Amino acid sequence: MSFFGKLTLESIPYDEPIIMVTLAAVAVIGVILVALITKYKKWGVLWNDWFTSVDHKRLGIMYIVLALVMLIRGFSDAIMMRTQQALATNGAAGYLPPEHYDQIFTAHGVIMIIFMAMPFMIGLMNIVLPLQIGARDVAFPFLNNLSFWLTASGALLINLSLGLGEFAKTGWVAYPPLSELSFSPGVGVDYYIWALQISGIGTTLTGVNFIATVLKMRAPGMKLMQMPIFTWTCTWANILIVASFPILTAVLGMLTLDRYLGFHFFTNDGGGNAMMYINLFWAWGHPEVYILVLPAFGIFSEIISTFTSKRLFGYKSMVWASGAISILGFIVWLHHFFTMGSSANVNAFFGVMTMVIAVPTGVKLFNWLFTIYRGRLRLTVPVLWTLGFMTTFTVGGMTGVLLALPGADFVLHNSMFLVAHFHNTIIGGAVFGYFAGFVYWFPKVMGFKLNERLGKASFWCWLVGFYFTFMPLYVLGFLGMTRRLNHTDNPAWNFWLYVSVVGVFIIFSGVILQFVQLYVSFRDREQNLDTTGDPWNGHTLEWSTSSPPQFYNFAKFPKVSDIDSFTDMKEKGEAYQRHERYQPIHMPKNTSSGILMALGITAAGFAAIWHILWLAIAGMLGAFVVFLFRAYSNDHDYYVQPDEIARIENAHLDKVARGLT
Amino acid sequence: MSQADTSESLTSDDFIASVKSYLVGFMLSVILTGIPFWAVMTHHFEKPITLGLVLVMAIVQIVVHLKYFLHLDFSKEGKINTFSFLFTSLIIVMVVGLSVWIIYAANALMM
Amino acid sequence: MSIAIRADLDVVQADEHHDEHHDASGNTLLGFWIYLMTDCILFASVFATYAVLFMNTDGGVSGKDIFELNFVAIETAVLLVSSITFGFALICAKHQKRAATLIWLLITFALGCAFISMEIYEFHHLIEQGNGPQRSAFLTAFFTLVGMHGLHVTAGLIWMAIMMLEVTKSGLNNRSITRLGCLSLFWHFLDVVWICVFTVVYLLGML
Repeated sequence: MSFFGKLTLESIPYDEPIIMVTLAAVAVIGVILVALITKYKKWGVLWNDWFTSVDHKRLGIMYIVLALVMLIRGFSDAIMMRTQQALATNGAAGYLPPEHYDQIFTAHGVIMIIFMAMPFMIGLMNIVLPLQIGARDVAFPFLNNLSFWLTASGALLINLSLGLGEFAKTGWVAYPPLSELSFSPGVGVDYYIWALQISGIGTTLTGVNFIATVLKMRAPGMKLMQMPIFTWTCTWANILIVASFPILTAVLGMLTLDRYLGFHFFTNDGGGNAMMYINLFWAWGHPEVYILVLPAFGIFSEIISTFTSKRLFGYKSMVWASGAISILGFIVWLHHFFTMGSSANVNAFFGVMTMVIAVPTGVKLFNWLFTIYRGRLRLTVPVLWTLGFMTTFTVGGMTGVLLALPGADFVLHNSMFLVAHFHNTIIGGAVFGYFAGFVYWFPKVMGFKLNERLGKASFWCWLVGFYFTFMPLYVLGFLGMTRRLNHTDNPAWNFWLYVSVVGVFIIFSGVILQFVQLYVSFRDREQNLDTTGDPWNGHTLEWSTSSPPQFYNFAKFPKVSDIDSFTDMKEKGEAYQRHERYQPIHMPKNTSSGILMALGITAAGFAAIWHILWLAIAGMLGAFVVFLFRAYSNDHDYYVQPDEIARIENAHLDKVARGLT
Repeated sequence: MSQADTSESLTSDDFIASVKSYLVGFMLSVILTGIPFWAVMTHHFEKPITLGLVLVMAIVQIVVHLKYFLHLDFSKEGKINTFSFLFTSLIIVMVVGLSVWIIYAANALMM
Repeated sequence: MSIAIRADLDVVQADEHHDEHHDASGNTLLGFWIYLMTDCILFASVFATYAVLFMNTDGGVSGKDIFELNFVAIETAVLLVSSITFGFALICAKHQKRAATLIWLLITFALGCAFISMEIYEFHHLIEQGNGPQRSAFLTAFFTLVGMHGLHVTAGLIWMAIMMLEVTKSGLNNRSITRLGCLSLFWHFLDVVWICVFTVVYLLGML
């Protein structure tokens, strides 16, 4: 084995013009960014205030920035796939050769789920959850920083595969035996394994962290059944993370052993059983979709309740419905592979369970409708996303119930109908939810509101574009088109493929408008400042802080005696109180340990992909040494002094007083 | 959990009580390990009985460990740990049980 | 000394109406317990795989041919005794008996090393005979399941060595006792996993 393992200069795909152009563009943007940061001398700020920060709000922002960058990457993949399928009809080859196209659909799936949706969800949770429960930070702030960097590490690895080697050509599920060494000898699957493995461990740690936070850090008086609904749905999602991500870790570990050491878990020979991979993968994969969508349900609940100025209808049923979904989410996974041919009893059981899980979801929809009923719904952008979700997700849910029939699934399995179905639920459910939450909490995080008109325009592009893109795929599924086709030769399909590509460009306009919205809102931020910290007349504690919140969140811990605790305070006249004196606040210090550990682990992951043994050992050892240093240093925390707190609080309250009059 | 209690409040009576509790757990574990090993090694019972015995002993011993070594209980501070363990057990039973059912049923059809 | 400082800090932290909020060691123990729950599920996944693959011997050896119950019984005894010696270490730590804590930790460490050595011997023996993990799906699953437990024990031993250094150097303060508490959870948890291993793999395999 040479010094650089399997890595040589030939690993760079010089002969792929599309990749080379992309790389050039990324390089140019990178150079511009570096130049700008250097010119404005922001490296220090970036390192001291952001990369090493243990502040949950800043980590949340970094998660969302990562998610947006990955959205661009994943969405580019989507556009390429739709255009390829529209061009490669009637036997034409299109512009993407199969080996490149296969990497694109794999990367699209992995990136959108693991590196777009997950960071977006975790970012929103990071920002909002501690504020909602009246805490000053999460239970383990350093761990939170480390989790972020592990996620970023996975994202980095998967993007490295673009210019160095290749990515998996297996589909985002990487089923063996295709993903075994004998059929995928390249580094593609190894990139897949290590990117998922490292970010997955980061996610598991996030789950542990936030469960401890919710159990231990609630404001005095806040009972579990008084936590805001978003906090509750996030908590269920975290329970699912903790319960399901280890399965992914295990199954990826087994695939790793197969590929690296010649084990026989899932191989064709030696008595391996490939179906066990598929089984375990979905035992993680199905809870994973609820991890994505439950927090979105919470976001919609917060928004509907805020913008109807009403208490959420059926808070308790909402909490328990989420719990029921979480548990049931663990006994439906076989519906992803009805066609493997297990017994009729097995298929029947999982089919029925899948239909049962629609019941608590239905409960939620009725709760939202009853909240709106006789309320005065303000049609703001977050509400539009919510209404768009309620209609779109219902369609997706219905097609899901259809697919839950094993008989129907045998016809529709791995067809375009399935592709349409899961985009319908993930985009219409989770992504719409994150966008709604993004607009809703944006003023809390940044101190100014987003431009309303551009927000609405972007929403309509997304909604209309969504239907144009994905409804044709249902039709294509019925017409017998299977997923992941590089080129087709069936005239009956052409029309629908053309409609779909139109749709994807409508969505593209929506994405562009979102970035324009960000720019315009930032430019005009003076006119949209949120001086009170409560721009929507909110119900929950995050709105009782300034916008953006102080780094310590709450100068004094709020006393909670109601679900809508901030509304309760406003009604009792307890909001915006000035205090005579403050206690010193105990705060964690920023630390570079997280990013340095992740650096070591990234190096080790990279080394594992390319079989560079010395670097793998060095990376892991480095990470371990940094961890030990962290564990045995005593310089972890400090106190904010009362006079400083008084100064900050009074400045904020003066601003509120001016804003309220 | 009581591990984090600072030492000042602990007396030598507590010391003896804790040691006793560990010793009880240990003796129970020795017995609960010995029986299944003995049953399998000597073939004293018929196969199905041994199978049941081995499984029951394992489950009982796990409970003993949880109580005496991991100090799970239903006290105000301890019940969160207990409930999280019970939840985890539920997930494990579902995931392992259903996985085995799924694959064995598929294997049966391929015979 | 450092206990005094820590206790002092806690007083300052205690906001007038808010004394339990910053219970750092309680947070740590709870967080670590939740982490152990994830580890449970990790092991459960591998157990499920073992249950699915153990009959797939590919014409090679099965459990009946290679397992030595006497050997496993000794391994089990070693690990079980190490459980109670660690328990004694923790009790001594909580009662500020530093020397006793260190002695019990050292005994536990030695027992852990003995266990790992036996396991390495068993693995080495099997591989020598051509029954390595690459031989069949059964052996793959066997080596992975037992080896994963062994790796955990090894990690526990490294942790224990570090803790012995910490207790030697800085004594039994709040921090080291909390960490010993976590390690104790880890160590006893591994014993619980071993109960499952010897039951499912060895005893049921010899049945």
